[in-house]
Amino acid sequence: MATPVLDVKRLKTSFLTDDGPVTVVNEVDFHVHAGEVLGIVGESGCGKSVTSLSIMGLVPALTSKVEGEILYKGENLTQASDKRMRQIRGNDIAMIFQEPMTSLNPLFTIGSQLTEALRLHNKKLSKKEAAQQAIAALKKVGLARADELINEYPHQLSGGMRQRVMIAMAMICNPQILIADEPTTALDVTIQAQILELMKKLNEETNTAIMMITHDLGVVAELCQRVIVMYAGKIVEEGTVESIFNHPSHPYTIGLLRSVPDMRRKKDRLFSIPGNVPKPGSLKIGCQFAPRCSQAHEKCLKEKPELKALPNGQKVRCWLYEEEKEYIV
Amino acid sequence: MTETLLKVENLKKFFPIHGGLFGRQVGEVKAVDDISFYIKKGETLGLVGESGCGKSTTGRMLLRLLEPTQGTIEFDGQDLTKLSKEEMRKMRKEIQMVFQDPFASLNPRHTVEKILEEPLIVHGVKSKEERKKRVRELLETVGLSNWHAKRYPHQFSGGQRQRIGIARALAVHPKLIVADEPVSALDVSIQAQVLNLLQDLQKEFGLTYLFIAHDLGVVRHISDRVGVMYLGQMMELADSEALYDSPKHPYTEALLSAVPIPDVHVKKERIVLKGDVPSPANPPTGCPFHLRCPKVMGNCASVRPVFKEVEPGHYAACHLYDEQM
Repeated sequence: MATPVLDVKRLKTSFLTDDGPVTVVNEVDFHVHAGEVLGIVGESGCGKSVTSLSIMGLVPALTSKVEGEILYKGENLTQASDKRMRQIRGNDIAMIFQEPMTSLNPLFTIGSQLTEALRLHNKKLSKKEAAQQAIAALKKVGLARADELINEYPHQLSGGMRQRVMIAMAMICNPQILIADEPTTALDVTIQAQILELMKKLNEETNTAIMMITHDLGVVAELCQRVIVMYAGKIVEEGTVESIFNHPSHPYTIGLLRSVPDMRRKKDRLFSIPGNVPKPGSLKIGCQFAPRCSQAHEKCLKEKPELKALPNGQKVRCWLYEEEKEYIV
Repeated sequence: MTETLLKVENLKKFFPIHGGLFGRQVGEVKAVDDISFYIKKGETLGLVGESGCGKSTTGRMLLRLLEPTQGTIEFDGQDLTKLSKEEMRKMRKEIQMVFQDPFASLNPRHTVEKILEEPLIVHGVKSKEERKKRVRELLETVGLSNWHAKRYPHQFSGGQRQRIGIARALAVHPKLIVADEPVSALDVSIQAQVLNLLQDLQKEFGLTYLFIAHDLGVVRHISDRVGVMYLGQMMELADSEALYDSPKHPYTEALLSAVPIPDVHVKKERIVLKGDVPSPANPPTGCPFHLRCPKVMGNCASVRPVFKEVEPGHYAACHLYDEQM
């Protein structure tokens, strides 16, 4: 298989607090191939957003520490200079955020925000050409009246339109990787459906790899090819969408899938995982999920499990699968 | 047949828009435009719809936290819209509300004990001992512990705060609880805990719920009957089975098909609606959905369809179900 466009190795992000460093992302390994849609799922506080911010070099340097390697086409981004990171951000790796309301600058027109990125990455581009490209980008994301929109301000647009503008802005430099952090969470379902269709189309047309960060398992099933399930800063399970949904292996993944109310049939009672997500850094020993796990045994409380490959290629971090020792990654 | 606890008829809420030089009224936002429904004792009615459809406004009008512009709200045989402020205040002992944001709806300067005591004081539980006892009871009922009483809201997680919000609503033994998006700020695993708690409480205390949410899966799970709202109007209302398995209104169909399902085997036909929800300040004439409707016909733009029974117990407002000529 071709080399992945992004290869993250033992990524560890800690925030420095008065009580010492708190590790939020703990030795995360994954890769993304060109044209692939990778889903990263987990509940709030599991480290999925910090993972993406670490890749973009957007975690504050003074109060945090990023360790490990983030290889973008072989180049280690954790070692890259600020200047180099500015070249990469937007041009090679772009990001869209959850809140389309707050991620656009209310004081600038759509057009000036779109062309800013273009002209920063390509100094030779004239204003006129940039405007042309901005209109083309808006058309590509399905916005009608693109030539008028570039002179309008964000408050004049609806939530769905703003998210389209955000996507247009992210895609305008033809990035290799698009990181989408909960892009549809703030939107209504019918608008979410439009945005998902759009992302699918763009992925097929431009071969941009998409990292889809979400807590919505439905969105994952719909859009992604491969999935990573994160819990308390670690990857607990990884596999293709089919294998994860057909044979979820980690008790957390199983619990998560079972606690979603099914729209198609009614259950008397929902399955629920007891307890809460632990605070980052609060559990020092054993499996992070053990206190909430119905199948936890003595070993789970004492030793940390490793991520192991199962015969079907799925990887899981759980002591229940320790017999399959020969498949250690 | 069980008796009806709440009966809402022709309920309307128009918010005035002021503008111009002297702040004259220049228009109105039709947040809720002529809806009728009823809730039977002990059942859960779900209200779904996209943002701005008027579902929260409806919930707030039931407690008269917002004054209805028109219509009647009959609760236990009494018309709430006719009550004086003071009578209504006393009436809220019977109708309580659980709010969406567990972070904003609890006073950060009060301990949990004080938060839970307040409705008891307001509704006349005089003895201090009795109140303290009730607070302990309530904490236990919602799955928290005694020692939580001395803590402040910020010391709790989102799920626990929502439990406190539910305990506060239960404090005065209400008959009806209006729950406005009670689980939408919570993670899936916590959401399941709170939904189970709500169901347990319903069984234990014979509660009646109006459950307002935008998540169609959650609403199906908890509701006996479901109403679908769009731009201030009720589009369809039926038993949850019937509504989800054979929706009558094209809007309901589109809404249901838009929800991504966490199952890789399902390859479904999706109806992707064009455009956005129109502004309720300037709603379309006729059927509010006709601009986006895939099944739009001749008279949809001009005549507002009547909300009527199209099958036993299944109501819809759509011209597709006008008398076949």
